[in-house]
Amino acid sequence: MKMPKKMKLSYLLNFLGLVLLFSIFVLMFESKIFGTSTTYIKGIFTTACYTIIMVTSLNLVVGCMGEFSLGHAGFVSVGAYFSAITSNALAGRGIPDLLLLIIALIAGGLAAGLTGILVGIPALRLRGDYLAIVTVAFAEIIRVAFCNFEITGGGKTMSGIAKLADFYWAFWIMVICVTVMFMYVRSRYGRTVKSIREDYIAAAASGINVTYYKVLTFAVAAFFAGVGGGLYAHYMTAMIPTNFNFNYSAELLSEVIIGGTGSLTGSVIGAAFLSSLPELMRQFSTYRMLAYSIVLVLVMIFRPGGIFGTWEFSLTRLLERVAGKAPKAQKGGE
Amino acid sequence: MLEIKELNVSYGAVHAIHGVSIKVNDGEIVSLIGANGAGKTTILRTISGLKKADSGEIIFDGADLRKTEPSKIISLKLAHVPEGRHIFPDMTVEENLEMGAYADATNAEAVMEDVYERFPRLKERRKQLAGTLSGGEQQMLAVGRALMAQPKMILMDEPSMGLSPLLVKEIFSIIKEVNKKGITILLVEQNAKMALSISDRAYVLETGKITIEGPAQDLLNDERVKKAYLGQ
Repeated sequence: MKMPKKMKLSYLLNFLGLVLLFSIFVLMFESKIFGTSTTYIKGIFTTACYTIIMVTSLNLVVGCMGEFSLGHAGFVSVGAYFSAITSNALAGRGIPDLLLLIIALIAGGLAAGLTGILVGIPALRLRGDYLAIVTVAFAEIIRVAFCNFEITGGGKTMSGIAKLADFYWAFWIMVICVTVMFMYVRSRYGRTVKSIREDYIAAAASGINVTYYKVLTFAVAAFFAGVGGGLYAHYMTAMIPTNFNFNYSAELLSEVIIGGTGSLTGSVIGAAFLSSLPELMRQFSTYRMLAYSIVLVLVMIFRPGGIFGTWEFSLTRLLERVAGKAPKAQKGGE
Repeated sequence: MLEIKELNVSYGAVHAIHGVSIKVNDGEIVSLIGANGAGKTTILRTISGLKKADSGEIIFDGADLRKTEPSKIISLKLAHVPEGRHIFPDMTVEENLEMGAYADATNAEAVMEDVYERFPRLKERRKQLAGTLSGGEQQMLAVGRALMAQPKMILMDEPSMGLSPLLVKEIFSIIKEVNKKGITILLVEQNAKMALSISDRAYVLETGKITIEGPAQDLLNDERVKKAYLGQ
């Protein structure tokens, strides 16, 4: 609030940085540097995009709110199925692909967000381990329910979802989602939620409606998990409810923890790296969970706050430092 | 200013507060003393809506607190300094104070200057993380944060807890000063002697019931109070 001009400049700079990054990707793929494997690598990057959305949204719950959720895959699943059903229903009506994708993603996100509210209201009265148990149960219920609903293809694979998402769109959708989440964390809402995490009795004594803000954050996180799920559905074009099992939730959670709880930068980099890693080493993919556990143990021993802790990347700061304009070394974080 | 009538509160099957009636007049310091587990904190938590009452009335400044949402109570200018201080450890001193003005940020800057004037130690440490303050400083911060809401009345829960005798004295003189500025105080304390020495009136709570009440001076000389709470 103090320096809106500087903030505007910072947003502009970050935007330019993203455009630059995007152009590098475009150049890389269009020039076919990777020859025949271009499509394959593009696929890995797309995977990274939707994983980033899911992991960042989980970080809102784990990092910002300080509550453990082990059922994030449940929200992803709701978003994925709901957006697929929406786009199937609207397909062939002459809606342009991009618009259809956006409608489907928003529908998926809203469905997941609504589920988040419904689960959040009773579940967020619990704290710590108990909340984790409830979220696991929720994700399992969703999985089993989707295995039995006609509309989600029963236990069979739901296929024939229009392939609306490619890397270029996924990239920008990811950018928008992460930006909105970043703004949420930095806003009055985000700070309120952080104060609840720090001491909920003090927060309540300061006149904060604790339940309201917790449910709100949970719903926002679920919304973006749903958007991530929608992107997944429209990229994969086929899915089965068992994709979103407990392992998937655990994977997302470990990416949050490895990246750094409370650091969206950590989530973005952690998700990008960890989601592409198993693809890059396909032959070892069965050992992926094993590798995850080892990495988790190592991170917990050497960097208990995650690799990035609560540090956030700032292009403005970096540029200032490069230009030698940063007089005092700022100690990262917010 | 605050009137509690026939309040009953229970935790599940345990009936914790039995028909308690307390009255706090404008500008008074009233203390509520009693042993561990007597229900002192429960009463304060019920007043600020953090705990639901079974029956009874809680009227603050004409408003029925039992029908007011907990998050709205502070807007009625009733602040609560919770037991065990409960500051936000990973926020700076200044941010902690800002949180105090959460419900009503008008004049927040001027009020903060006032708070800093009253607690120069907090001003020195304004950029320091609150978790790194000493116990006494944290208690000052908790009081300062309550003052940020520009309250008419403050509920204070065990302000002397875990503090050295010297700091206890300091905190109590602060409470007295705050009261002189026209803020009514309901004080819950185990340190009965200290509490009675600064209070106008007092209530003694025993296992959820008020057993003795009266002017603080009288209670200081009451044989039963002396024996049970003052160790004389």
